[in-house]
Amino acid sequence: MPKHETPLLDQLESGPWPSFVSDLKRQSEARHAKKNEIEYQIPEDVVDDLLGVLELSYKEGEVHWKHGGIVGVFGYGGGVIGRYCDQPEQFPGVAHFHTMRVNQPAAKYYKTDFLRSLCDLWDFRGSGLTNMHGSTGDIVFLGTRTEQLEEIFYELTHNLNTDLGGSGSNLRTPECCLGESRCEWACYDSQELCYHLTLEYQDELHRPAFPYKFKFKFDACPNGCVASIARSDLSFIGTWRDEIRIDQEAVAAYVGGEIAPNGGAHAGKDWGPFDIQKEVNDLCPTECMWMEDGKLKINDKECTRCMHCLNVMPRALRIGNDRGLSILCGAKAPILDGAQMGSLLVPFIKAEDPYDEIKEVIENVWDWWMEEGKNRERIGETMKRMGFQKLLEVTGIKPMPQHVQEPRTNPYIFWKEEEVPGGFDRDIADYRSRHQK
Amino acid sequence: MAFISSGYNPDKPMEDRISDIGPRHYSEFLPPVIKNNKGKWLWHEIIEPGVLMHKAESGDEVYTVRVGSPRLMGTETIREALEIADKHCDGYIRFTTRNNIEYMVDSKDKVGPLKEDLASRKHSGGSFMFPVGGTGAGLTNIVHTQGWVHCHTPATDASGTVKVVLDELFEDFQQMRLPAQLRISMACCLNMCGAVHCSDIAILGYHRKPPLIDHEHLENLCEIPLAVSACPTAAIRPSKTEITDPKTGEKKSVKTVAIKNERCMFCGNCYTMCPALPLTDAEGDGLVIMAGGKVSNRISNPKFSKVVVAFIPNETPRWPQLAKVMRQMVEAYAKGARKYERVGDWAERIGWERFFEACDLEFTHHLIDDFRDPAYYTWRQTTNFKF
Repeated sequence: MPKHETPLLDQLESGPWPSFVSDLKRQSEARHAKKNEIEYQIPEDVVDDLLGVLELSYKEGEVHWKHGGIVGVFGYGGGVIGRYCDQPEQFPGVAHFHTMRVNQPAAKYYKTDFLRSLCDLWDFRGSGLTNMHGSTGDIVFLGTRTEQLEEIFYELTHNLNTDLGGSGSNLRTPECCLGESRCEWACYDSQELCYHLTLEYQDELHRPAFPYKFKFKFDACPNGCVASIARSDLSFIGTWRDEIRIDQEAVAAYVGGEIAPNGGAHAGKDWGPFDIQKEVNDLCPTECMWMEDGKLKINDKECTRCMHCLNVMPRALRIGNDRGLSILCGAKAPILDGAQMGSLLVPFIKAEDPYDEIKEVIENVWDWWMEEGKNRERIGETMKRMGFQKLLEVTGIKPMPQHVQEPRTNPYIFWKEEEVPGGFDRDIADYRSRHQK
Repeated sequence: MAFISSGYNPDKPMEDRISDIGPRHYSEFLPPVIKNNKGKWLWHEIIEPGVLMHKAESGDEVYTVRVGSPRLMGTETIREALEIADKHCDGYIRFTTRNNIEYMVDSKDKVGPLKEDLASRKHSGGSFMFPVGGTGAGLTNIVHTQGWVHCHTPATDASGTVKVVLDELFEDFQQMRLPAQLRISMACCLNMCGAVHCSDIAILGYHRKPPLIDHEHLENLCEIPLAVSACPTAAIRPSKTEITDPKTGEKKSVKTVAIKNERCMFCGNCYTMCPALPLTDAEGDGLVIMAGGKVSNRISNPKFSKVVVAFIPNETPRWPQLAKVMRQMVEAYAKGARKYERVGDWAERIGWERFFEACDLEFTHHLIDDFRDPAYYTWRQTTNFKF
């Protein structure tokens, strides 16, 4: 007999997609079944009560979690999010239901023994429920009590050699695509840069000293598999500045229909035979590709590296050899003043250990934002308020046409006094000597 | 339930303390075929829906089988996923940004048994535990947020709406018939944990009623100036009111706030700063549908999703209107878009007036931007339109 009847949630058990309701019920049953093996440190019926309170929300159409609560581990200002139920008498198992964010290994590869140890810890000291993974990338432990927080942190750091992630007004857990580990388009080692900067900035990650949250994300090519351009305050996107490498034999094989275009991604529908003119050359946004004597030609100087031709013909075209990354600044979701995409700040920078040039950009951006940013203002909003020129000034980057989609359409230039001969200090008597009132 | 210490001493929190160590280094967890060929991959192909093959300079091949997950998983399901990894993949497993699980093997003959094993595992209610798919010109997993499961500001549930949509569109998770990849994302409130605002289709929880004011507790729960300054439209001002103490019946004057309802855009930022201003409401809350965004730089620039359906009510537990609208949009896109064209590129080519026609969606005044300067740039300043 389940502790709470869940007639509404039960309707989410049917259908082919993995049912989270079935998953919760399974977890509840297993938790009861293992009660003699594990000395649970939080209530045995935590999952039952989660199902109960969720059913109530499905019935009423309203949420039953209270607003935050300041909980955490000693010396850190992030990594734990307090959560309390607003019906604790009815659902005592989830009266405290705090989240812990555990910093994931870069690109989320695991050995099973490590994940199993995390499961053991979380069954023992928490609800056993997780998100694999949270939106920012952490392993998310969902639901434990305040008195377990230090115990979990102690076990994570002492036994599992792993740390909490970020929350609040600090550097959030950095996240990357899988990059060089399994992708032919990786223009830099996104995992290594992600790991390196995560370690370099542990203090900023754990101890909130910023006006608001700050996110780093690392996409190793302009395809953008971790969506860094849309959701990170600093977005690191791989690119190259020499020529696309062409294997003309493979081009001919695509043209001849021997290799399926786009890695076979369109196999579910008959799109007709592959037409390189229509599918590659005509779709090239800069029109810098053409066929000549049966060979594919690219005017690389005009290429903006959008990735389309490489995506369509991965066996024929490869990224260039002079690789690095572009840095874009200021992306965020709509809260508050509307969504923003990252704006190009550094067109090209090498990404090589020890990454000193990259760190210099980061630290200049932070110094400015920490000085000028208002409480709860993302860097993108500071940029909008103070102007892109200011960001260039504090980072010491020379303005160039690559920084804009188009030049300004108004002449309201904030000229600086030193830019105008003679300065702004003028004598009205002198003026009047030439102009009557 | 006796308390068992980890070794932590609350009287001496700094004793033996380990901190600032960061995550484990990723190289500990890379399967040998991945580690040996890192940075030396030549090309890849999708050999069938859900199965990728990457070829390395060395001649090595790695086969990846991708499966969906509900993201919200108990340790029981995780342990089962690990058991599969032990059995077929020498104890290695990977998760993707979009909450899929990836199983990697180093030869083609290992793919069949792995796929068969994955497909055979079902939950008691009949749903797949590890459905294979999510590759190429098809639908991959829907990234989503916490919803009613664990968040304090949601206007809907995340897991439930995602389950409903992925049940409705399940075939497209397991086939590749679409013009390009289709990225659907879900966020249960405007805070948008995730890149919902740049998705082919976004499902967004939204409130439609201004906050309630808990006059009795506001002064104790909130810093009034913070609540006032949290409002982007200056709808909140400091105020005083008289309340009756529910216990003693005495009247007393309390400091509180007043809200100009007509200025509220229901963002919920005030509630983030002040718990005495809740917005959640069964009739007010529901979903907004946005479309045409993307993050990739391929062919066209990254773009934001646009609001195409102003409101769908929270019809628990299976949101039938949501499922219907999603089906309409996906079928219209599958039918109308050219090969390689993302939803947003298609809408821009045919024109948004045609988009609403093709998707059979009603255009209402709610869809015209009226929020600050950027709104002007979305109105049509040309005579180039279609009848």
